[in-house]
Amino acid sequence: MKISDLISQLDLQLLTKADYEDRPVRGCYIGDLLSWVMSRAKADDVWITVQTNLNIVAVATLTDVSCILVPDGISVEQVTVDKANANGVVVLGSPSDSYALAVAIGGKLQ
Amino acid sequence: MSQKISLHYDIDGKDFSIAGEASSSVKKVLKQLGVSPEIIRKVAISMYEAEINTVIHAGGGAADVEITPDRIHVMFSDRGPGIADVALAMKEGFSTAPEYAREMGFGAGMGLANIKNNVDEVKIRSALGEGTTVEITVLI
Ligand SMILES: Nc1ncnc2c1ncn2[C@@H]1O[C@H](COP(=O)(O)OP(=O)(O)OP(=O)(O)O)[C@@H](O)[C@H]1O
Ligand SMILES: [Mg+2]
Repeated sequence: MKISDLISQLDLQLLTKADYEDRPVRGCYIGDLLSWVMSRAKADDVWITVQTNLNIVAVATLTDVSCILVPDGISVEQVTVDKANANGVVVLGSPSDSYALAVAIGGKLQ
Repeated sequence: MSQKISLHYDIDGKDFSIAGEASSSVKKVLKQLGVSPEIIRKVAISMYEAEINTVIHAGGGAADVEITPDRIHVMFSDRGPGIADVALAMKEGFSTAPEYAREMGFGAGMGLANIKNNVDEVKIRSALGEGTTVEITVLI
């Protein structure tokens, strides 16, 4: 599965620019404590987090996750979107909660 | 890569928007040098943790990087409050992070543990009221 499949199959909003690198999605990690995420998230995971500040872009880059997914309809600051665009990090949004999203992702990854 | 590459970064204590500049810059250099992705990941994650600590806990400082064919060595130094008990600070879960940092997702008390797990050697020297140095070595 790729990011574009994830967007269409889970009806996600693309919050960053439209011409993104369509990376593979191989897993999922949920976490809001950044150091914790840095020790656990794997490359090509979808990272679900309620954090929306600038630092999530650095964490996504360092862990090489596929994309960031912000649940619960939380809005993402423009500075974060700008930094994500500058660093080639894809940020997605959804009104659903983390559990529903993870279950849906898990189903698609089977 | 035959000679030594030395890089210096000032770490701004107030501007969170640029925290992580040193680690992402070093990441790019290592990529250009053809260093393996696993080594780059170890260096980048541990540098980011140390950089963020320098911002949050010490109000800024500096990072001095030395890259040689066999190792990457980084020395973080600050003139912040220092660490009272380094062994305690290294424990997973120990944190004195202020509220504003916790709201941003820091303060799990995992940073120093992450560094330890990613590097071949870490040396922390600290004196209360004088500052802290965190020295990390990753073998290539
Ligand atoms: N450069 C520093 N100057 C002063 N104190 C420090 C410094 N680096 C770390 N510390 C102390 O060590 C503690 C543990 O650091 P560590 O990075 O493990 O956790 P944290 O920064 O509190 O949270 P996290 O890294 O999970 O976001 C800090 O809370 C702080 O008390
Ligand atoms: Mg820390």
